[in-house]
Amino acid sequence: MYLPDFDYYVPADVREASAMLARLNGDASVLAGGTDLLPYMKNEVMAPRALVSLKELNELREITYKPGTGVAIGARVTHNGLVRSPELRQRYLSISETAHAMASYQIRNRGTIGGNIVSAVPSADLPPILIALKASVTLESSRGTRTISLENFFTGPRRSVIARDEILTQITIPDEATTGSVYMKFGLRRSGALAVVGAAVSLVATGTRVEQVRIVLGAVAPTPMRALEAERLLTGASVTEALLREAGMVAANECSPISDIRGSQEYRREMVAVFTRRAIRKALEQTAVVKNA
Amino acid sequence: MEQVRDRNGGPQRFVIELIVNGDPRTVVVKPNTLLVNVLRDRLNLTGTKKGCELGDCGSCTVLLDGEPVDACLVLAVEADGHEILTVEGVAQNSQLDAVQQAFIDKAATQCGFCTPGMILSAKALLSRNPHPTEQEVREALSGNLCRCTGYTNIVRAVLAAAEGQPEVRGA
Repeated sequence: MYLPDFDYYVPADVREASAMLARLNGDASVLAGGTDLLPYMKNEVMAPRALVSLKELNELREITYKPGTGVAIGARVTHNGLVRSPELRQRYLSISETAHAMASYQIRNRGTIGGNIVSAVPSADLPPILIALKASVTLESSRGTRTISLENFFTGPRRSVIARDEILTQITIPDEATTGSVYMKFGLRRSGALAVVGAAVSLVATGTRVEQVRIVLGAVAPTPMRALEAERLLTGASVTEALLREAGMVAANECSPISDIRGSQEYRREMVAVFTRRAIRKALEQTAVVKNA
Repeated sequence: MEQVRDRNGGPQRFVIELIVNGDPRTVVVKPNTLLVNVLRDRLNLTGTKKGCELGDCGSCTVLLDGEPVDACLVLAVEADGHEILTVEGVAQNSQLDAVQQAFIDKAATQCGFCTPGMILSAKALLSRNPHPTEQEVREALSGNLCRCTGYTNIVRAVLAAAEGQPEVRGA
């Protein structure tokens, strides 16, 4: 397989990168890890006239935690970087564990959190858990900087609000209390698989009583989506097996999966119910551990 | 990274330096030149294989600064200045290393196509985790697909290399 010809530019900083993208007027793609972009180009789905490489932007590889503010993850942090980060493992373990469930070790050494978000693939694994944790993203260009909630970033399959000259530079997760958070991925293999269904849950609970909960589903709608009805059902409630079953069914009815090579629409709905239940159960188990710690 | 000036206005070309198996190698490449093709076609290091060419099978696995990557998804220009270890660089002074010997001893190779990638992934694993569990071995190799062996002997070989066991034929 061959890549089509393209021009290649290596900006020294974000400003220069944005200016290059602006000049190339929409016919350029940003190159981070390349694990989504290059297969796309090899399969002749796209042939940008130029690639703007982020390889010199080392400030985007950092992870910084500030108590009270939260954690700032540079967009170029690789998935293995997320897995290994002491800051994430200590406070946001669900992010490290989500990254660990992605693709393969080789891909995780190249693919980046920024790329996983900007690719806006409906089955991407990081967006659901990041949205559950109330993440926001920083978009920079030579025109300025803006920060938006990740929940409002996606507009459709492989579509987002990012402008042609913008670079996603940082993902910020607030330092908010959560007693349990987890992402459960249902794939057809334990490794190297796209999610057929992804269910992320982040909650604040006391025992089995849920005070706040966020449920975000991946791979079952054009974009990652909050299961708002299921959230409403659980908020303020004491969770029983019966309530879990109901929450699962409600979440299954809220989503809009498609049938594709990995599963039928009906099967995905069924699995949404299963994995929503499992994710809530797991988050509540973590809550119990926190309490007993 | 130096760009080669082309008076005829052809595609961009860049002079890059890769440190391959310890040796600095300078090549002139186009932006769309892939690392796997530089290794195989320019440097004649055909131990690195092309299977799926999309980053799913791991047969093109090389170590980039010590970390396994799929060379089919790395542009040569992105690897400029970096260290690359291919399977040809594993044996030292014609002495097979422990992982290679274990692959032979445990019959972990049938057609051999996945073997270079498996060996490099295994070596990287043992560098960061010298005494992995069987589960850890399976996880570390899960980006390398094998169509022949069913993985059993490959896993045994990696565990044996970790143990540093001398092999008795037929055991």
